[in-house]
Amino acid sequence: MDRRSKLIEILKSVTKKDVDIAPDESLFESGILDSFALPDLVSALEQEFSIEIPDSHLNPRKFESIERIEEYLDSRA
Amino acid sequence: MAFIKEFGCWLPEHIVTSEEAGSWVGSDAEWVRNVSGIDERRFAPESDTVAGLAARAGADCLRRAGMRAKDLGMVFVASGTSERAFPGPACTAARLLGAEGVPAVDVPMASAGSLFALALASRLAAQLGAILVIGAEKMSRVVLREPREKGVAILFGDGAGACLVTPDAGRSEIVDSILCSDGTHAEDLMLENGAPLKMNGRSVILHASRKIPAVIRAVLDRNKVPPAEVQTYLLHQANQNLLDRIASALGIASERFFSNIRRYGNTSSASMLIAACEWCRAEGFRPGAPVVFGAFGAGFHWGALLARGV
Repeated sequence: MDRRSKLIEILKSVTKKDVDIAPDESLFESGILDSFALPDLVSALEQEFSIEIPDSHLNPRKFESIERIEEYLDSRA
Repeated sequence: MAFIKEFGCWLPEHIVTSEEAGSWVGSDAEWVRNVSGIDERRFAPESDTVAGLAARAGADCLRRAGMRAKDLGMVFVASGTSERAFPGPACTAARLLGAEGVPAVDVPMASAGSLFALALASRLAAQLGAILVIGAEKMSRVVLREPREKGVAILFGDGAGACLVTPDAGRSEIVDSILCSDGTHAEDLMLENGAPLKMNGRSVILHASRKIPAVIRAVLDRNKVPPAEVQTYLLHQANQNLLDRIASALGIASERFFSNIRRYGNTSSASMLIAACEWCRAEGFRPGAPVVFGAFGAGFHWGALLARGV
């Protein structure tokens, strides 16, 4: 499974919603992700990609869209 | 050594339902309940001041403790809704209590203020004697400011809570505390003079969801107390969904986290001590049992305090 497919599966699992969205579209504005699902997404990213996301990186904008999440993961590679 | 001798609180009589609060932002009671767990909150009369609310909670605490205000070694008043930049409400509240001459210190930190004051009091009581810690908020003054933002207007209520910390004896011993601050996200939750409250809810929830469980674990770990052994968790009543999330992160049933947010909303710095006051009257400390206090708020400031029933 490529990384984008994996990300979509993570989003589906965390939000219990269909994730039919353009990569640059806001996960918040589209109603897929809300304030209380965001911490779950961050925890799932840590687990799935074996990274520790420090508090200094906890900016919701980093997780605003699939593209933003990918950029963040690239920055941690 | 320091002990929690007594709690006190004061809530206004006027109830504002979530139906009414929801109508301010084009929503209804069910939506308010789903996003916050709040059914109603109390609003104080317009003529009331933060110092007035603080003095009433402080007086309730001192009366229950059988202590005179003039015998206090210090008074702390935490509030984020003081009517003026200075002097803050602490000196006026102390005067209203009859504690003229006693040093009265403002803690203008909003939600985490009472926790910080309680932790500081526990470290100062041996030198200064009994310390009265008060958290008092008149959030209605802020909530009713236009424009009313959907995620803010429905959350808050007015009230005051108090706690008497003594160096010799009490209901519980304060064992340890951890306090933290990080101004990186200061603008994500702030109240500028005369302006509406600004809150980046996503950032606040994201940080609170991780920082509160982490600091609670830290204070429990260094005192070798498993989370499951804690009798009760008394946290800042920010949002029921957040309390449930923190409980889940610690692997503890939500019922172990005392909650009165359904009835009072988020009363910022007052909420933890109002919750403690109600819990203490309903259940109270069991001898030897650990109890955890915790809060997170604007700043960000956050922390946890461990007490043990006597």
